[in-house]
Amino acid sequence: MGLLIEDKSIAVPGEVLAEGMDYLPADGAIREGENVVSSRVGLVHVDGRAIRVIQLAGSYMPKRNDTVIAKVVDVLMSGWRLDINCAYSAMLPLRDATSDYIEKGANLTKFFDLGDYMVCKITNVTSQKLVDVSMKGPGLWKIKRGRIINVTPCKVPRIIGKQGSMVTMIKDATGCKVTVGQNGVIWVQCDDPEKERIAVDTIKKIEAEAHISGLTDRIKEHLDKVSKK
Amino acid sequence: MSNIVKDHVLELLKNDTRVDGRGLKDYRDIKVDVEVTSTAEGSARVKIGDTDVIAGVKFNVETPYPDNPENGNFMVNAEFLPLSSPNFEAGPPKIDAIELSRVVDRGIRESKMIDTGSLCITPGEKVWSVGVDICTLNTDGNLIDAAALAAIVALKNARFPKYDGVKLDYKTLTDEKLKLSKMPICATVVKAGGKFFVDLNEEEEEATEAKLNVWSTEDGELSALQKGGDSNLTVEDINQMFDIAIEKATELRKFVQ
Repeated sequence: MGLLIEDKSIAVPGEVLAEGMDYLPADGAIREGENVVSSRVGLVHVDGRAIRVIQLAGSYMPKRNDTVIAKVVDVLMSGWRLDINCAYSAMLPLRDATSDYIEKGANLTKFFDLGDYMVCKITNVTSQKLVDVSMKGPGLWKIKRGRIINVTPCKVPRIIGKQGSMVTMIKDATGCKVTVGQNGVIWVQCDDPEKERIAVDTIKKIEAEAHISGLTDRIKEHLDKVSKK
Repeated sequence: MSNIVKDHVLELLKNDTRVDGRGLKDYRDIKVDVEVTSTAEGSARVKIGDTDVIAGVKFNVETPYPDNPENGNFMVNAEFLPLSSPNFEAGPPKIDAIELSRVVDRGIRESKMIDTGSLCITPGEKVWSVGVDICTLNTDGNLIDAAALAAIVALKNARFPKYDGVKLDYKTLTDEKLKLSKMPICATVVKAGGKFFVDLNEEEEEATEAKLNVWSTEDGELSALQKGGDSNLTVEDINQMFDIAIEKATELRKFVQ
């Protein structure tokens, strides 16, 4: 009875993580009879009574209220189709794109053209995975310059850190502007190309070492070292 | 169509810098492994940065082409595995894969690297056929240089299988190797934003305006060329690109073991 697996060890699908009703299945775990069983490959995280399995890799699944960085892949009659770095594309309807008055039959590429990137918010995800996004709201804007990089979406929480601590650390050390999309697309912009490269390398380092404990200290050390050069 | 990735690369090029901090004429780290598969008679795996390509050489005994009865056959085939990039799909080779195999084939064939006359067993009846298969394992730009280097290293290390005149025994390899007279190397030079640079990663390839795949031998002789990209090139541009390509080919040739 009780916990059968150590905290921060790797679980595989079907592995029994705990027996009895003392523990509850959270993300990546399910209850099968009396047992809590892992439903994916990942790191076991025991948080009080809850057991979750944090995935090590995988694609992005759209969730309502997520802020994502999207790319325009199609301009439609009454909106835009966006690539949000997952299997399902998103729709940006005209009414949620801008508060400007748009005349009937206007050329929509004036607002967003093919290949444009934007920071937008997911407003709705249906059971059929039809995704709607909006550009109306604070912190949502069209990206005009800078560098776009991609990371594994499941590492995004580590890149952001607790209450944005990690990303703030990168911003403070390099002076770069950074926006992290929940879909694993990150925008970095800095006038100094060298500092921009440091920011990108640091993000890649976090991605590679996200599963090893003591990450914040290591990244702080790394930033101190490279900033002094 | 706008493209901020392209704009960013061009912006950096104005100051002679690149997204990963390299110089304009620097290659990423190159790693070459030989004899990486047991099923091919010669094989090589080349990594240039995150670009990862494997090439294998297979021998077979076939009838020669009627218009070339005293020469062996040589063929290059390329496959872009869907596993290596989200842009590649399963199915028959697409235009990029065909271009890559044609460029590698032409570079090797036109340099006369392989003495095809020595591949003749019985004129008009039996000749050795040499096939090079190229597979991409991961892509991060500059596939052609990596594939060309892998093909050359694989050919250099390939050993003929045992042949008794009737049957080929692929399990027993002889010590006999291909008779290679030259060592052509492909170096790709790209022009964008008025600058010339080499070894582009996938991000930088978005900014390509014009590119030249230049095959040159150790004595600086050009054996094949392929022009890509939408922009035109002047004679001065081409001459400059040749100089860069020949210099870079000399560096790459050191990796041919």
